[in-house]
Parts: sequence; structure tokens; C-alpha cells
Amino acid sequence: MMVSARTSGLRRVTDLLILGATIAFAILWLVPVIWVVAMSLKPNAELMHSTAGFLPIPFTLDNYIGLLKLDTVPRWLMHSLIVSVTMTLMVLFVSSMAGYAFARLEFPFKKTLFMAMVAGLMVPEQAVFIPLHTMVSGWGLHNTHFALVMPRVAVPIGVFLMMQFFRSVPKELEEAAAIDHASRLTIFLKIMLPLSIPALTTLGLFTFIFAWNDFLWPLVSATKADMYTVTVGLASIQSNFAFSEGLGQVMASAVFASLPIVLLFLIFQRFIVAGVAMSAGK
Amino acid sequence: MSANSLKAAHRRDVLAAYLFLAPFAVIYATFLVYPFFKGLWISLHDWELAGNYREYIGFLNYEDLWLDAIFWKAVGNTLNFVAMTVPTMTALALVLALAVFGQGRLKGVLRSVFFMSSVFSVSVVTLIWSMVLSADNGLLVPLFNMIGVKPINFLGHPTLAMPSIALTTLWWGVGLPMALFLAALSQIPPELYEAAELDHAGRFTVLKNITLPSIRHTVLLVLVLQIVGQFQIFGQAHLMTQGGPANRTRMLVQYIYETSFRDWQVGYATAMSFGLFILMLGFTMAQLWLGRKGDE
Repeated sequence: MMVSARTSGLRRVTDLLILGATIAFAILWLVPVIWVVAMSLKPNAELMHSTAGFLPIPFTLDNYIGLLKLDTVPRWLMHSLIVSVTMTLMVLFVSSMAGYAFARLEFPFKKTLFMAMVAGLMVPEQAVFIPLHTMVSGWGLHNTHFALVMPRVAVPIGVFLMMQFFRSVPKELEEAAAIDHASRLTIFLKIMLPLSIPALTTLGLFTFIFAWNDFLWPLVSATKADMYTVTVGLASIQSNFAFSEGLGQVMASAVFASLPIVLLFLIFQRFIVAGVAMSAGK
Repeated sequence: MSANSLKAAHRRDVLAAYLFLAPFAVIYATFLVYPFFKGLWISLHDWELAGNYREYIGFLNYEDLWLDAIFWKAVGNTLNFVAMTVPTMTALALVLALAVFGQGRLKGVLRSVFFMSSVFSVSVVTLIWSMVLSADNGLLVPLFNMIGVKPINFLGHPTLAMPSIALTTLWWGVGLPMALFLAALSQIPPELYEAAELDHAGRFTVLKNITLPSIRHTVLLVLVLQIVGQFQIFGQAHLMTQGGPANRTRMLVQYIYETSFRDWQVGYATAMSFGLFILMLGFTMAQLWLGRKGDE
């Protein structure tokens, strides 16, 4: 016991040292973000002179006001919202239904269909984005929300996650309902879906973040600046920001565009970490 | 229940199953399976993005690819980038996870800090880091001035451009693997640690003999996810260096994108994307195989 008291004292010191180092590293991690936020709150005239400093002195909201007057950034934001929300709802819809079928129902060709779905996990977006592009342009559907959403709805990983979740639900819950002659749809809607709200929240959050931040497909599918999502729109001003005088405004648009997703993260961060735990499995 | 009604129930289930699967299956077939095979078909053509020019040329695109110096340069750059990011990302994520694992408000805040950068989109991340690394008005310029050295143009520097993109990627992407490690750490049975405590095992011994072996499956998972993810690098290079200086940071996906959407050579670009697909598949398979071998 005496020995262990000494070692535990030493242990506490090293614990504190590690914690201190971690805090220092975390501050370093945040520095670029704080700097960008500070720049977005400074007048452009000041930024032409110097970009140094982490405090917005002198302070101004002009960059944000100018942004709202421009109308493009709010429009991009709206497209991102429409696309991300629709995509999230559709992913939840198709994944939970298919996941339920794979987890709980018996049907011919189940194994084959399952393998066909799992194989899709191996195909990266980069392998199909060109044929997708020619397909969508054949239908004349570029620059539509439909084209931005649909190719990214059938994600095998979503089905996989929902299937894993439904498998963990005790069978007895369903059997009781089946004896009462409830249809599969009733069982699914009244029993399974309410139980799976945590799983659906997690899948939904990840889908939303993915949809919001996706770059390659919106970049090739939305060719008109009017139809850009906020990620693509920001990239389009970024390539020539060096020549523009509106550095403060560019920084403001980056902050403005990130606000919804950061808010979502702060509200739901518990679910996000729990969701990773769930998807990692054992 | 009689045999007949059981059969009827089963038939109803089969019908229900297909109806439940239908929405996913239709979208999956239309937007993933079909484009995949259509891509293979396109890659056998001399196919232009605009206009109607397309001619069947067999495997000629693949033969051209074999002789394309820029393609191999892009493969080399991508492999270089993967080699720079995957081990460091995995190690950093593991170290951070170990540091922020546990109870307490402070640790919760620290977890959020390291995870938060991964919710930013690629255009925000590259904007931030292009500014940080800029030689004109970058974050480090005052530091260079202080020691009296001319600020380095990181992104325009032939050897520093790639590590700069790797650093940006590390900052952006460490959150998810860190969270995966946190999840794995929380699954380790506390009895193992209690036993180690009784033996007065040191911190390092515990890490080596208990923690690391317990999470080896997650390490493998993170490595596979990282390899697949980093092979697809596009935005960072496209937005920060445009592949420069002198093709030093030209990545595979970027070359595919330019070939199809700047040069309009869709057939050739599709052949290239299947090259990427096979490369990624090979690496993932090798990884999984090695991991399984290590388990035996």
C-alpha cells in the first residue's frame, strides 16, 4: 500500500502534465479558427494593412452585412439546406426500410442481394462520378436539386448500420405484435422505428454533415453559380480571393457558411461520439 | 397455427421484404450499379464530354494510361500523400484519444475541440490553411519577421507544398479516427486495468500489454478507412495548390477531374478512375489480409 501511494502520487503528476500538454495542443488547434473569425470582424482597410492579431480590433460587422446584401451566399446556404435535409430524410427512409428487411425478414436471394449491397461499399464516388454526370446530363437534370440529392441517397453503409441496430432489438417485441395480427408495416412503423430513434439520429447527423460538406459531386453537377451549394460557392470565391480586396468578406462567408454545421455539432455532439461508438461495433 | 396459415404468413413476409427493399434497391441500381458498368463501357471509348463524339476503341485508353507520365506522377503523388497522412493521422488520433479519454467536463471540451475541425467543409478548411500558410499575410509571417527571415511560401515551395497539404488534412480529419479510438477504449473491460494495478504495472506497460492489444481491430479499421479516404484526396490539392508547383501535388482524382471537365476526355478519365478503384481495392484487400494474418 505504501508503495502504491507513492506511485499514485507520481501518477497524478504525470496525469496533470499530460492534461496540460493536451490543453496547450487544443489551444494551438483552435488558433486558425479564432484568427479567421477575428479577421471576419475587422474592417477591410485594416486587413489590407495587417492581418495579425486574434482580437477583432477595430470591430465591425460590415463584412457580414455586405455578405447578406450580396445575396449569393444566402442563396448557396439555402441550396445546401434543401439538399442536406432532403438527402438526410431520404437516406433515413430507404436505409431503415432495407435494413429492417435484411435484419428480420426471410426471402429468396437474401444472401445474394446482401452481397450485392456490401460490394457497393467498395466503390468510391470517384469511380462513378463521370458516368453519373453523363447520365444526369442526358436527362437534362444538371443544376437541379434532384441531381444534387439522388445519386447520394443509396449508401450501403446506412443500410448496414440500420440492419445492425434492428438485429439488436429483442425478437419478442415483434412476436407479441405478430400474434395480434399486426402487419409488417405496422410493426415497422409502430415498434421498430420508435425504438431506433437514437440510431436514426446518428445516421441522420452523419449524413447531414456529409451532404453539407460534399464537394466533388456538387462541383460537377451544379455548373451555374446560382445553383452552387455553399461548399462549392465558397471554393469559387476562394480561387480568386487573393486579387479581391474583400478579404474580410471572404472570411465572413467562411464563418457564415460554417455556422449551421457548427451549431448542429454543438447541439448534437453527444450523439456524434455515441454514433461512432455504435458504428465501430465491437 | 396451421401449416397453411404459416405458409401464407411466410408469403406475406416475402412480399413485405421486397417492398421494404424496393426504394433502396431502385436508387442503388440506378445511381451506383448502373453508372459503375456504364463507366466501364465509357472507358472503352474515345468519348467527349460535349457533343456526340464517341468511338469504341477497346482497351486503348488503358494502354495510353500506361504510357502517361502525368498519370504515374499523380499516382506517385497520391501514394506519397497517403504515406504522409495515414500513419501520422492514425498515431495522432490514438495519442489524442488516450489523452482525452475519461470522465470530466474538461475532457469533454477537449474532445469537442479536436473533433470540431472535421465538421468544416473542404473549402473552409483550405481557405483557413491557405491563409495560415500564406507568405504575404499568413499567420506565421510575424514569426518569420521576428527572427528576421523572409517568410516561406509554403504552398509554392516544391518540397514543402505536399507536407503543407498533409498538415491541413491532419488538422481537418483527426476527429473521426479519434472518436473511433475513444469508442474502442471505452469497450476495454475495467477488470483488465484493475488486474494490472494489482501487479503495479507501469503506465507504459499497461499501454503496451493491455490497451493496444485490446484495440487492435480498431487500429486496423482506422488504417483501412484512412487509406480509402486519403486515396480520394481532391479538394485540398485542387484548392490550395492546383496541383503545383510543377505537378508536385497533382493527385489522381484531381487529374481525373481535369481530364474530364477541363479537357473533356471522358473516356480516358473514366479509365483512370477505374485505375484508381483497382489501386484502392488492392490496398484495402492487402490491409485486411495482413490484419487477419496478424490475428492468427
